[in-house]
Amino acid sequence: MTDPTGVRSPKAARTKDRAATAVLAAIVFAIVVMLVVVVGHVVASGAGKLVDLSFLSGKPEQFKAGGGIGPEIFNSFYLLLLTLLISLPISLLAAVFLTQYLPEGPVARVAKTAIETLSSLPSIVVGLFGMLAFVLSAGWGFSILSGALALTMFNLPILVRVIQQALEAVPRTQRDAALALGLTRWEATTMILIPVAMPAIVTGVIISAGRVFGEAAALIYTAGQSAPTLDFLNFDLSSTSCPWNVMRPAETLAVHIWKINSEGVVPDLSAVSAGTAAVLMVCILAFNVIARLVGRALERRMTAA
Amino acid sequence: MGGEAKDGLVAGHVSLWYGDSQALRDVSLEMRPREVTALIGPSGCGKSTFLRCLNRMNDRIPGCRVEGSFRLGDQDLYRDVDSYELRRRVGMVFQRPSPFPLSIYENVAYGVKRHLRRGKSQLDATVERSLTEVGLWDEVKDKLNDAGTSLSGGQQQRLCIARALAVDPEVILMDEPTSALDPIATSSIEELAASISRERTVVIVTHNMQQAARIARRTAFFYLGELVEVAETRELFATPKDKRTEDYLTGRFG
Repeated sequence: MTDPTGVRSPKAARTKDRAATAVLAAIVFAIVVMLVVVVGHVVASGAGKLVDLSFLSGKPEQFKAGGGIGPEIFNSFYLLLLTLLISLPISLLAAVFLTQYLPEGPVARVAKTAIETLSSLPSIVVGLFGMLAFVLSAGWGFSILSGALALTMFNLPILVRVIQQALEAVPRTQRDAALALGLTRWEATTMILIPVAMPAIVTGVIISAGRVFGEAAALIYTAGQSAPTLDFLNFDLSSTSCPWNVMRPAETLAVHIWKINSEGVVPDLSAVSAGTAAVLMVCILAFNVIARLVGRALERRMTAA
Repeated sequence: MGGEAKDGLVAGHVSLWYGDSQALRDVSLEMRPREVTALIGPSGCGKSTFLRCLNRMNDRIPGCRVEGSFRLGDQDLYRDVDSYELRRRVGMVFQRPSPFPLSIYENVAYGVKRHLRRGKSQLDATVERSLTEVGLWDEVKDKLNDAGTSLSGGQQQRLCIARALAVDPEVILMDEPTSALDPIATSSIEELAASISRERTVVIVTHNMQQAARIARRTAFFYLGELVEVAETRELFATPKDKRTEDYLTGRFG
């Protein structure tokens, strides 16, 4: 498409640009539609159960209809909390080390490869390893502790990477300014870098929490598939009905869905499964919305008065 | 404030390498006390690298090697002084304003608490004096607990200068401190650099030759890692001795 003066007509380029815009828009639209269909279907199928208080707070039934998922909801949150308590400090320190103390060199390369490999391990493999290491070798049995450690293995690489990216995004001058004032690297990190990176770190942590919350395979053989009835007035930490006892087995929402679908015999199996899935879905959506809101609020607090 | 800066900074035969590439070649320069010395030259000429040697900000860059000597009075900056103490005595202001994620008060007070023993009332007085010195006190005295980042760009830069002044340094290094600012903020920072130099030694890297002409007693021209020429600013601009200086000043390159 050249005219005699050698200037290319912009028409062809413009047509291409328009075509690209259309294709890109169509792809994004398809992704949004997929999400809406999946979420909509899951939530709609379980809608009745979502507002049924006896389902949300009741205990599961083994053989008859009308079981609830109260313990599973509690177990899911408790496991998530413990997992974050273990994995957050470790990954924060690892990320600080990798970005501030040793960003280059053989040790950093080995560490980065290890983290990448860990993040690509299938979660069922993590679960089986957890069973061997925590449940059997350490003798902790099917327990919240075993489950939290397996989830930590699953969560660590994601958290390290999220925090690393957040720290790397802090402008170099911020760090230089701290060093130029005669502060040590540790002071620069704790006083300047982590606070500046906080909105991104919090967002990343909450989104990773959503992944942990919905994980099933890593928990089936570690936290177990049974949900003992919980008595919230029982503070005897060695009792299986004490909610806070970390040595008791604890079936989560995601594991519950897997179990009733694979070996459940209750007559209202599909309703319970759909209801549990809807609860799980709503929780994870909530995590994502909260992540966004909290991140934005922190950002605003840092830049505004 | 502490005593006036009695001694200037003296760099002797400084060479610097990043890995295999040499960024500074045998630079010797005296930066006289209580004066502004400007470092000018095209991008990549080594002026910022040289400035960052003066408070050892290059120390942690992997593969960076420095030869030669830097003296502040009778002390060698690389042998006789701890690098953290050195950075208290040789403060630095950067191209982009970089307030800490703290309140206005804490931005200034943090370094003081870290380096100097001060009671609460002394600390308050130091913060007020530093903010007054940069002409920010009246603007911020009623909102000292607001975030440092809530200020405008020019105010942020003055806050950063107050932060550097608060720990009572003898030397202030400025690395293109106005390149991210509008003309009004720029002129207030220039006036500030001049007034700081009444008690302290100031070294400023600038791209802007008018800026050097406005505030610097002496100016050094760097080119390809070499110090080509240093002279009284007026003299350097009016009668450059080296052909390369003349070419740069007349805009033939850079």
